[in-house]
Amino acid sequence: MTRIFIPKDVAALAVGANKVAAKIAAEASTRGQAIEIIRTGSRGMHFLETLVEVETGEGRIGYGPVAAVDVASLFDAGLLSGGAHPLRIGRPEEHPFMARQTRLTFARCGIVDPLSLADYEAHGGWRGLSRAIEIGPAAIIAEVTKSGLRGRGGAGFPTGIKWKTVADAPADRRYVVCNFDEGDSGTFADRMIVEGDPFSLIEGMAICAIAIGAAKGYVYCRSEYPHAAKTFAEALEIARAAGYLGADVRGSGHAFDIELRMGAGAYVCGEETALLESLEGRRGIVRAKPPLPAHKGLFERPTVVNNVLSFVATPLILDRGGEFYAGFGMGRSRGTMPLQIAGNVRYGGLFEVAFGLTLGEIVEEIGGGAASGRPVRAVQCGGPLGAYFPPSLFDTPFDYEAFAARDGLIGHGGLVIFDDTVDMAKMARFAMEFCAIESCGKCTPCRIGSTRGVEVVDHVIEGVKVAENLALLEDLCQTMKFGSLCALGGFAPYPVLSALHHFKEDFAPRALAAE
Amino acid sequence: MLEASPWNAERAQEIVTKHAGLEGPMLPILHALQEEFGHVGESAVPLIASALNLSRAEVHGVVSFYHDFRHEPAGRRVLKLCRGEACQSMGSEALAQSLLGRLGVEWGGTTRDGELTVEPVYCLGLCASSPSALLDGEPLARLTAATLAEAIDEARGL
Ligand SMILES: Cc1cc2nc3c(=O)[nH]c(=O)nc-3n(C[C@H](O)[C@H](O)[C@H](O)COP(=O)(O)O)c2cc1C
Ligand code: SF4
Ligand code: FES
Repeated sequence: MTRIFIPKDVAALAVGANKVAAKIAAEASTRGQAIEIIRTGSRGMHFLETLVEVETGEGRIGYGPVAAVDVASLFDAGLLSGGAHPLRIGRPEEHPFMARQTRLTFARCGIVDPLSLADYEAHGGWRGLSRAIEIGPAAIIAEVTKSGLRGRGGAGFPTGIKWKTVADAPADRRYVVCNFDEGDSGTFADRMIVEGDPFSLIEGMAICAIAIGAAKGYVYCRSEYPHAAKTFAEALEIARAAGYLGADVRGSGHAFDIELRMGAGAYVCGEETALLESLEGRRGIVRAKPPLPAHKGLFERPTVVNNVLSFVATPLILDRGGEFYAGFGMGRSRGTMPLQIAGNVRYGGLFEVAFGLTLGEIVEEIGGGAASGRPVRAVQCGGPLGAYFPPSLFDTPFDYEAFAARDGLIGHGGLVIFDDTVDMAKMARFAMEFCAIESCGKCTPCRIGSTRGVEVVDHVIEGVKVAENLALLEDLCQTMKFGSLCALGGFAPYPVLSALHHFKEDFAPRALAAE
Repeated sequence: MLEASPWNAERAQEIVTKHAGLEGPMLPILHALQEEFGHVGESAVPLIASALNLSRAEVHGVVSFYHDFRHEPAGRRVLKLCRGEACQSMGSEALAQSLLGRLGVEWGGTTRDGELTVEPVYCLGLCASSPSALLDGEPLARLTAATLAEAIDEARGL
């Protein structure tokens, strides 16, 4: 019986992984060869999907990108024994895209069956939780603090401090809330880990629950992720049945359970207080702070709200120790960041690495430049509210502070690459349009300013009073930056201004008149 | 995609009652109603309001805030086409414009035969395989005009 591994991550399904799996099963049965197909998450080499792996004497051998039409020729080439074929990539972990990574958070993703508890345990699962139960709340928080972990959702707030604040807040009950809204375009790390290794999120949330004394957790999943939601719902049932959730988590005496809730297509609900409003059943309107969610969060109780990746980093931190994790990275950016290399790029996918690579290394060396083969002209970092970087800033190291120093943000680690056909005036317009569509409406600069912003950029594009309108646009951006309650209105100016400042030529009347 | 059932007040009441005991039951109720009936219409509002002890205006405010909840039924199939920046970098806007033009609809519109609704979506987490879409919840990536048309025809059984 030969074992064959085929991803069921949506990035693989979207390019026909189910057809490939069906064809492989049919082909094996026609040829009378005994195989077992195991569906996994994705390794993150999205340019190789569908990546098919075969278990052989020398480990797993990968083939990709495989389409259903390739299957017969793969069998002819001796797929089941790792035979030579133009699509053969050798051992996936030795592929150049993988070999340069440090996989801490994504160590299991793409390797295990996401819903197999046996796989999870065999690959180091639950060790962090066991240690957490052993050492207790104060020591858990000390370990997380020592790791230097900063929230991976965007703001980069130290996770240990957040947990301590909630643990210290007097209350009749506390909540753990996982922000799985992953609204930033160009990002998919949360989705991949939930589809590919869902128990790690359960484990991370359970560790947090023990640390802060919470009995109830919620995962708020965006509705654009139906597959991840389904996998996670199944994982919850399996974990509950095995006693990792419930009245007595693994005999620890702690009660903790998790409920999955779906968002409803509002980007602003990724903002933590809007998310809490939404969970409570209201419109996703941002709350004024203070009070912080750590003091008065869900149902007015002290609440930890963390991003998926923040939770998922903690089992390893507990298992290996905070110092181990802090041993990676640079400056105040400790540990690893799962980068998401996206857009017009040759080698796109998930690349987990310690902080500190330069943007140029990521885009040109790892990403291999634009998929179109044309020169890279701009990279938007950190989602729709992140700045556009030109190649002249490619020496910026991937680090919270270094990005901030250049008016940029790391955000959730997404990098969207554009080639030289991009029209940056249009991208600036889109940033304003997106803000107008997604604004929660609470503050005037965001609600009205973004709509005005679209009009002003339109005038510039049409060549109407360009100089005046550009001055007006700068003004409007300043008003939004300083008059907005949250980062939707407050940061939307970054993509706009960076486009304007680094790509002036796209806003010049001459260039546009020629169109 | 499962065909939505026609509106049925009794069934709707059942759905509302089933979820009313949850902490923060509003979104679960709205999702369940939309799954059953394909939309959350005006007739659902008073049922929810009375079960959750809210005013109709409050319920209406919630329903209308979220992009997902439809006020009327969609076409038989729903295409959610990504307009996020990663997809734009790979030509999604031109792809969308040509599709909308060919179908004779605007964003959010439904073809005249009631077959297909085309909605914008801002990222599906398939940004390294752009442009992407969800067709009746099934993911599509690395789309071209030809593969998109083919997928739509296949879904419509053409
Ligand atoms: C408009 C807006 C959207 C956001 N979207 C997300 C999101 O999708 N996922 C996320 O984890 N954080 C998002 N955030 C950040 C959250 O408000 C919050 O900082 C985060 O969930 C805290 O978790 P962390 O400390 O683990 O990063 C968003 C913030 C803003 C202002
Ligand atoms: S900045 Fe925009 S999204 Fe944020 S609170 Fe104000 S209106 Fe709402
Ligand atoms: S931007 Fe289209 S899938 Fe992310």
